[in-house]
Amino acid sequence: MTGEPFVAWIGQMLPLGFSWSWGLDGWIVVIGSLAAVASSLLGNFLVLRKMSMLGDAITHAVLPGIAVAFLLTQTRSSPAMFVGAVIVGLLTAVFTEWIRGAGGVDEGASMGVVFTSLFALGLVILVQTADAVDLDPNCVLYGSIELTPLDTVSVGGRDVPRAAVVLAVVTVVNALFVLLFFKELRLTSFDPALATTMGFSSKWMHYGLMILVSVTAVACFESVGSILVVAMFIVPAAAAYMLTDRLGVMIAISIALAIVSAVLGHVLALSVPAWIGYRSTTTSGMIAVAAGGLFFAAATLGPRHGVLVKLVRRQLLSLRILCDDIVASLFRGEELEQQPPTATWLAGELFASNWSMKTALAMLRRRGEVADQDDRLQLTHVGRERGQRLVRSHRLWEQYLVDRAGSGAERIHDQAERFEHFTDRNLRDELAKETDTPVEDPHGRPIPDES
Amino acid sequence: MWQVKTSSRNALAGIASCVSGVRLSRGLWVLAMLTVSATVCHARGRPSPETPSPSYAFEWTDSQWGRVLLMKDYNTRIVIFGVAVLGGASGLVGSFTLLRKRALMGDALSHASLPGIAIAFIAANWFGGNEKSLPWLLVGATASGLLGVAVILVIRNQTRLKEDAALGIVLSVFFGAGVALLGVIQQMDTGHAAGLEGFIYGKTASMRAADARLIAITSLIVIAGCLVLFKELKLLCFDEGFAGAQGFPVIALDAGLMTMVVLVTIVGLQAVGLVLMIALLVIPAAAARFWTETMWRMMLWAAVLGTGGSIVGGLVSALFPGLPSGAMIVLVCSVFFFVSMMLGTRRGVIIRLIRRMRLNRRIDRQHLLRAMYEQLEKSSGGPDHAGLAERTNRRISVSLGKLLSMRSWSRRRLSRAIERAVEDELLRIQDGACKLTQAGFTEAARLTRQHRLWEMYLIAYADVATANVDRDADKIEHVLAPEVIDQLEDLLDEQGMTIPVPQSPHGPLSPGETLSPGETPGVLGTDADSTPQRDASGGHP
Repeated sequence: MTGEPFVAWIGQMLPLGFSWSWGLDGWIVVIGSLAAVASSLLGNFLVLRKMSMLGDAITHAVLPGIAVAFLLTQTRSSPAMFVGAVIVGLLTAVFTEWIRGAGGVDEGASMGVVFTSLFALGLVILVQTADAVDLDPNCVLYGSIELTPLDTVSVGGRDVPRAAVVLAVVTVVNALFVLLFFKELRLTSFDPALATTMGFSSKWMHYGLMILVSVTAVACFESVGSILVVAMFIVPAAAAYMLTDRLGVMIAISIALAIVSAVLGHVLALSVPAWIGYRSTTTSGMIAVAAGGLFFAAATLGPRHGVLVKLVRRQLLSLRILCDDIVASLFRGEELEQQPPTATWLAGELFASNWSMKTALAMLRRRGEVADQDDRLQLTHVGRERGQRLVRSHRLWEQYLVDRAGSGAERIHDQAERFEHFTDRNLRDELAKETDTPVEDPHGRPIPDES
Repeated sequence: MWQVKTSSRNALAGIASCVSGVRLSRGLWVLAMLTVSATVCHARGRPSPETPSPSYAFEWTDSQWGRVLLMKDYNTRIVIFGVAVLGGASGLVGSFTLLRKRALMGDALSHASLPGIAIAFIAANWFGGNEKSLPWLLVGATASGLLGVAVILVIRNQTRLKEDAALGIVLSVFFGAGVALLGVIQQMDTGHAAGLEGFIYGKTASMRAADARLIAITSLIVIAGCLVLFKELKLLCFDEGFAGAQGFPVIALDAGLMTMVVLVTIVGLQAVGLVLMIALLVIPAAAARFWTETMWRMMLWAAVLGTGGSIVGGLVSALFPGLPSGAMIVLVCSVFFFVSMMLGTRRGVIIRLIRRMRLNRRIDRQHLLRAMYEQLEKSSGGPDHAGLAERTNRRISVSLGKLLSMRSWSRRRLSRAIERAVEDELLRIQDGACKLTQAGFTEAARLTRQHRLWEMYLIAYADVATANVDRDADKIEHVLAPEVIDQLEDLLDEQGMTIPVPQSPHGPLSPGETLSPGETPGVLGTDADSTPQRDASGGHP
């Protein structure tokens, strides 16, 4: 194969410690990627519709459908398998809905009842017909992606793994479904009631989605196994959901993440066990782990919704507010011609922790707004201007709240304390105009001028 | 009058208790029938005992049946005992998780335990321990199960993903990690992962006494925990916010509940297998919900159903080789669920259907009687009560067509309502027209009174416009309890509005007419049945 020198070169550059052959590993990666893309295309809508667990339920529940289809046709590659799976998959959705509606059972529980029962039924059928059918429950649960390249069919004169052909067809079907019904899917996912009033049946979209989920689950069984299909359905889509607010972008990101996790998963499966002295491990498991790792990264580092990013942003905001409070209270002290306070005294006054006080002061010193004078804090000229603006905002707000909003004088301080941090020049001018440019606030203290 | 009521209430209570007794025994009866029918059906489906196929390990004889059913085999005894205790404990815990809408937590949790088991196995192998020692593996499973729960809670609370996605992510990624680790274990010298496979499919049939003892101990701990913390957990399930406000340590209780779920799940893994353990947590509890509205009864039902399902499933799988016991237990439980869903005495499908039908019938009858009364009122020439009462003694008949035009109901529905009313001797049919009997007239007056009381209440207190008041009153009048009517009357008394049958607010109405002189409202309030007569005689002497 043509790529082999290139990979050999990579293998030399990066001492990953595994061997690679395009004929085998290349196909494994392609099959894994196709499975991942086909699943995550639909997974976006499962996540958005809060139906992730229905994906899980269907992937378990199609077992009896597959088993019966095997029993009837005695082959693995028959379309009967898809038909059986679609029927059982739809039955799962319908039964779940029925038990929820007619029985008044909570949705999670009704799902649990349906899919465990169907799975048990499938298991019994499999064990009962173990002599007649060569279908290992292990194979259904874990899949055997490593063996898929060996089972080939001839396409256009070339030997292509059967799984790749099947998955490619399913991927195309799913992509067409998403493209053609993008508008309907979006509307029914975000606002089913509106969609129904506009004439799109969210019920039909629901069942259409369920049919494709069943088909995809069956197509992926052989390659990644039933539980890891769930990983492909949910994890890339959930990761993409952490990164963007737009549906189109989310789908694109989820596809990219799906491919990356398939490639990464296979590489990890080959390389990680080698580090501790074993041969390669199950690729499908590692694909799920890789997807989980990508999700973890997206959930922590996502630019808008990432946990870590949100945490840092919140910390920065609270630091900025602390800086504001320090400057404002120094300004008030100067106004009353008190002695400049020490840092420890101020920390106690502002209920600030030692660490955050230190950080805030370091920021203020760096910007040249606060200077030290024998362990006492003093405002510089720049700092005084900032304090003046803050105190002006605060007192204007108090005046406004009493004057215009009709609040009681004893409750306005806390509100003004909150607003002062987010009040800019324009808003201050507006406030001054609204309150007829007062000179004193309701407590009788002077309102400083705009610098 | 009161004595009569009280005694009739006593009688009713007696009947009710009898009925509930009947219900309970019926439940047990169903259970027994299921056992029998399941075994009998299966026996029929099997080839005859004389021609055993090669795949059967031993011949079928009557003594074999007897041995299994009477549990003469030591092995069967252990297996049945183990799964029964497990079924009971998971039924109890499952009730709490079901009511807390966390039914699928067990699903995520059991999958999340796989990497823990694998890591424990590898660790034991590296440090030269016994890698198949069950307690050690269970420690690993518990640790990674709890980690999975923690991750679910973090994802749910800290990101914008919902619980379903959190469950799905933890379930699949943890399981993937477990599968990858199993791939490594299979290459170990002692591995073959044979011991670990059991965690996924269950190995009920090969349960040993030590396993059963472990299950029993864990189940007892869990049952004790459920009973001791019953009040607290109940509060947690129904009103978490209130529990917190009352000073209960909500987070600690939640963690306690989750720990119990983890314990049951982990010991159950090896008995019924990973996927099917979920069923034991969900199905008995969900089935129990159909039989009762009381928490402790629900737990009792769930425990009974869980135990019964496990025993029956275990016995069936012991009787017939080739039926995996885990799957059979789940299937028997789901049969129980289906039966409960259909026949459940509180929330079952059939009982609810009957209840709705009864309500519809009652509503139709009430509509019919009120329509009759209003027709009488109209044909009596105005809202003069005395005149109306006199004239009704002559029993004006109302034609079907007229009744039909009063509401938007189909002819079929109306004629059914009339038929039923005739059966109960509230109506009589004469020449194709309806006539109220004396009892029917009393009832019709009472119903009209209720309707109008409610209308007046809506106008006086709820500020509903007169044009809408009929429709609103129409919806609620059928479900008004006698106590509510009392209260309504008390309220309207203060307004000086109480009258035997208040006049329709839609007709001409002057305040002077509405209040009958000489009537004390208190007397009228409690006894609606006799009002029209009393009105006729006492209201207008």
